Amino acid sequence: MTRQMTGADMVVQALKDQGVDTIFGYPGGAVLPVYDAIFQQNDIKHILVRHEQAAIHAAEAYARSTGKVGVALVTSGPGATNAVTGLTDALLDSIPIVVFSGQVPTFMIGTDGFQEADTIGITRPCTKHNWLVKDTNALAETIHQAFHVATSGRPGPVLIDLPKDVQFADGTYVGPQKARKSHYQPKLKADIEQINDLAALIEKAERPVFYTGGGVINSGPAASQLLRELVEATGFPITSTLMGLGAYPASGDKWLGMLGMHGLYEANMAMHGCDLMINIGARFDDRITGRLDAFSPGSIKAHIDIDPSSLNKVIQVDLPIVGDIAHVLEDLLKVWKSRGRKTKDISAWTKQIADWRAVRCLDYKNSETVIKPQYALQRFEELTKGMDRYITTEVGQHQMWAAQFLGFEDPNRWMTSGGLGTMGYGFPASIGVQVAHPDSLVVNVAGEASWLMNMQEMGTAIQYNLPVKQFILNNERLGMVRQWQQLLHGERYSNSWSDALPDFVKLAEAFGAKGIQCSDPKDLDDAIMEMINYDGPVIFDCLVEKHENCFPMIPSGKPHNEMLLGDASTEDAIKSDGAVLV
Amino acid sequence: MSALHIKKGSTSHSAYELRDPNGEIIEKHTLAVLVENEPGVLARVIGLFSGRGYNIESLTVAEVDHLGHRSRITIVTTGTPNVIEQIKAQLGRIVPVHEVHDLTVEGQSVERELAMFKVAGTGDKRIEALRLAEIFRANVVDSTLESFVFEMTGTSEKIDAFAELMRPLGLIEQARTGVAALSRGPK
Repeated sequence: MTRQMTGADMVVQALKDQGVDTIFGYPGGAVLPVYDAIFQQNDIKHILVRHEQAAIHAAEAYARSTGKVGVALVTSGPGATNAVTGLTDALLDSIPIVVFSGQVPTFMIGTDGFQEADTIGITRPCTKHNWLVKDTNALAETIHQAFHVATSGRPGPVLIDLPKDVQFADGTYVGPQKARKSHYQPKLKADIEQINDLAALIEKAERPVFYTGGGVINSGPAASQLLRELVEATGFPITSTLMGLGAYPASGDKWLGMLGMHGLYEANMAMHGCDLMINIGARFDDRITGRLDAFSPGSIKAHIDIDPSSLNKVIQVDLPIVGDIAHVLEDLLKVWKSRGRKTKDISAWTKQIADWRAVRCLDYKNSETVIKPQYALQRFEELTKGMDRYITTEVGQHQMWAAQFLGFEDPNRWMTSGGLGTMGYGFPASIGVQVAHPDSLVVNVAGEASWLMNMQEMGTAIQYNLPVKQFILNNERLGMVRQWQQLLHGERYSNSWSDALPDFVKLAEAFGAKGIQCSDPKDLDDAIMEMINYDGPVIFDCLVEKHENCFPMIPSGKPHNEMLLGDASTEDAIKSDGAVLV
Repeated sequence: MSALHIKKGSTSHSAYELRDPNGEIIEKHTLAVLVENEPGVLARVIGLFSGRGYNIESLTVAEVDHLGHRSRITIVTTGTPNVIEQIKAQLGRIVPVHEVHDLTVEGQSVERELAMFKVAGTGDKRIEALRLAEIFRANVVDSTLESFVFEMTGTSEKIDAFAELMRPLGLIEQARTGVAALSRGPK
């Protein structure tokens, strides 16, 4: 289909042809033509956020909870620079989003015009690719290519910079089918010899572990399904990074829980002691590996990743495999089955893991008078686990506790800023998820400090009647910073508290939402149910213990087998034999 | 849980592993990168090197296929073997990059650089400069009564050697293109 239309109309037409029905954005002078085109149609719904950063996070979470591409629209200059944090977040977590930014007219570029910024230059290192479109005739093709690049290979954010005169001018529109194909075609299938080698390793392993990551989620639902099949067929234990939670169900009996700096004892010990590590779509992030020269010293390591630059970047592996997770797992299952579905007896290993599990690393000292943050999440989990539930988080202690105490049975249910660790992510993310899933329970597990970073989005929640629940574990501290200062910086609590917090109940009411405050453990269950049952946005101010630390913790510069455990489980561990640590 | 009492300045204060960068062998490699000749592509390549802390010893770029919109970027870089592998993988990930070749490992290659030298002087020094230029097969592309501009093509080492010789003879300015390189043989 080719026809003449304005650049602004092309943006809308191309979005429709790409199957987009929702975008997040904020208008401004340099994108007014596109906003005018949006006004004159009904196929694409525009969600007006209150800050451009929130538009990007909402688009990211929309993408993560649906498997579709997230789309955002911002204006030039400050609109684009406000988008930078979100773009970087999406880049580090490999989230497919397409961002359109307005730009001053082509003839004004370089003159320091009003609201001009070198958006392409600024966003070059924080996008997978970006384009400045100078000719309306090239616009449609560029948009189709942008969707292709965002979703192909390792997904990521892309940006299209749209000068205002290009939006006004007429040009020829081409549909996605007619658009020139990009040469960018990452390899999906792995070499069969490598698959064979991996099957042979699986047959020989005595202490195997699957170490999975966000790549499984990004590869789509088929990848999670195949992963479950592989785990059940081999009987190997499985752990996951923060990004990969839900790919394998938390209720599965092979599940070790999350690994890493605040991962579970059994998961980290299994990583340290294994003889075969199969990394599936994770990237040996520094929060996972701890001290590199002591990382899983005795294991053969296989690594499956769609991005060749992830292989051997941090950890040298024995069997690097480039390919899409779903494709590779499908081939692996086929090959391994055709070789006779063989595995060694790993019962000694499972026994060992059971012993590690018996340490009960998540135990904490509960209180009758103060709500412990772990208790709040345990109760929340207990009361909501069967529900059609999506969870987003901010960044900090609450995020780690959420990862430890909440169980995810399915992929795409857990939205958290992993790589960049963006405080302020969770609230706009909950909005993006709720827009995509209007009838589901969407809860942002937050800390009060993170939440305040994007609290203006209360306006968005109210305007679109999005019943997002803001479950704020309020310790009046920057909890994770405080924890590090206590453990590593001589208990000098430099700037890690706030003594001017708002009254969150009144704040909710000021926006027209519901506010709930709870400080007594006895009232907690009722208060949580009240939050869940309320039909509309809720700010839940959960006043928790102020000085609770998040354990287990691999202290900086330490290997996996030197974890710090919380007081409760440390006492137990020291009593039992095989005591470790500190 | 009380404080861990970690010594000040210890790497344990950081969650990042602080490694000794001098512990490994550094290699020099010449990479040929074929790219789509579109605006900003050079900035993407250079930004990758600066953003990830890689070295650029020399870099040349020019369009080599006008109809196909292809440019060739030749980069001489240094790093540990792992870093070199990582550089190639990262380059390959840039969307407008079509091919990445490591000429240092993919068989033999020829490398050449073009340089120009302005040498000013009179008397014996001037005669000596001209004599050495002949030995090095440098051409005189500009001359006045008290100066020459020499032009020469060769390996970077040859050009370095010539520059060293010209220095005491009145070298006042030089311009170099950086390395261009091709693999040897029919393919």
